Amino acid sequence: MNGTARSAPMRKGAAASFALLVVFLAAWQWGPGLLGIPSFIVPPLSMVADEFVHAWQVSHLLLHTGVTVGEVLAGFVIGSLLGAVIGYLLGMSPTAEFALSPYILALQIAPKVAFAPLFILWMGFTVYPKILVAILIVFFPVMVNVLTAVRAVDPDLINLARAFKATRAQIFWKVEFPTSMPPMFAGLRIGSTLAVVGVVVGELVGGNRGLGYLLTFGEGQANTPLVFVSIVMLTVVGGIAYLAVILLERRVLHYLPARTVGGNF
Amino acid sequence: MPVVRLEYRNVTMRFAKTGGRGVLTAVRDVSFSIADGEVVSLIGPSGCGKSTLLNIGSGLAAPSDGAAFVDGAVVAGPNSQVAFMLQKDLLLPWRTVAENVMFGVEIQGVALPERRRRAQALLANFNLADFSDHYPHQLSGGMRQRVALARTLAVDPHVLLLDEPFSAVDAQTRMVLQRDLARTLKQAGKTALLITHDLAEAVTLSDRVLVMSARPGTIVEEIDIDMPQREDPIARRHDARANEYVARLMDRLDIGHTALEPARGEA
Repeated sequence: MNGTARSAPMRKGAAASFALLVVFLAAWQWGPGLLGIPSFIVPPLSMVADEFVHAWQVSHLLLHTGVTVGEVLAGFVIGSLLGAVIGYLLGMSPTAEFALSPYILALQIAPKVAFAPLFILWMGFTVYPKILVAILIVFFPVMVNVLTAVRAVDPDLINLARAFKATRAQIFWKVEFPTSMPPMFAGLRIGSTLAVVGVVVGELVGGNRGLGYLLTFGEGQANTPLVFVSIVMLTVVGGIAYLAVILLERRVLHYLPARTVGGNF
Repeated sequence: MPVVRLEYRNVTMRFAKTGGRGVLTAVRDVSFSIADGEVVSLIGPSGCGKSTLLNIGSGLAAPSDGAAFVDGAVVAGPNSQVAFMLQKDLLLPWRTVAENVMFGVEIQGVALPERRRRAQALLANFNLADFSDHYPHQLSGGMRQRVALARTLAVDPHVLLLDEPFSAVDAQTRMVLQRDLARTLKQAGKTALLITHDLAEAVTLSDRVLVMSARPGTIVEEIDIDMPQREDPIARRHDARANEYVARLMDRLDIGHTALEPARGEA
């Protein structure tokens, strides 16, 4: 609507944001030297960049990143599908929710990453325990959001559909499912970043593939720049996952007023 | 003898009281019938069971005793002869205006070209043709309520059940919407039961007004509105007789002696 009034602060904000990045990178490059911090504690930016090139050429950085991305993707997709399906089922059956809610709550309170060693005992140093941790950690925010959304559908809306002689399936697909979309995407956004956490914890605990492994490998070698490279790559992976959800959300929820969708990106 | 479209025969509705034992009788022994093409308003104090009667008529609730009949058949569940419209527009935010109008016919399995044709015709009729691709959040309250009315008419019901359809819009918009509704009902020859708190609305839109008592609600008076131009409520508002009817309804409802009076005095 008032496009000019809104784009001026946005332009200012973007400029300030970029300036902040420059300051941060400069502080990273020259700050440690000026403050007398040794490079094995905080390596300057250029050293991390050199290590990035080295890791790319020698330490199979691309391979490790690819493994992590694959695990995040699998864990996120399976976890959110399971979360959504169970959320809809519980949302439509108050009895089932009542019966299961103490166990769901217990499982939700339990720190999911603590299961990582157990899963590795069960499944060995493969990709599966990492995917499983991600599934478990993504499951809850999606399930809880979908469940709450299905519960919150306006009963008059359901009655309207019923008055038009809608079947149970029609009520679900034409009313309940679309109504639950905005909260579900809120859950997916949280899930997309949590999936990376789950996978990394799994990789830290055991295995010889993935960015989490590269991180512990760097630690073992006292190679601080490699640790930084791994952290940066993990942040990039998480950021891309988050951004992908936001873009999908914008497409699916295109009917909502622009500012209510997808945070500030 | 005119064809009876909608009839309530000895309808009683009891609910279990929430949180405790006991039974609450919302509606007691209500009987009335509405002929083809007739518009009847139902007025009464809050909580007298007006909306319960609407739910029974649309088949969403089954009465404890008695039955509702549409075209002579007992209402045993939702049926395609009856459509309802509430105070809330209940538009689906992810559907465009045209898609919202098609919601009912889509559920009923009407083919897409026919759905489109009906939606476009109705939207043109309500001066909303330019907005058919807009989303509900882009419309004003009055326009949204018009879309809801179009959705109700799209299924081509014999009987319309309207539960305070315009009580959420401002007074001027309401008069325009009342005129649109009155014209449409007249042109299409629809039968309607209108629940309202607005006495002037009841008088200017209806052929007949039914007055309900406080809970347990039952019909205590039936007033024929003997005025011309049912299709033009704005003209009826100019008619002195409208005020007489409103005054009569006010007396019948005992407005002025109810609990609201001291509150108004303070304001």
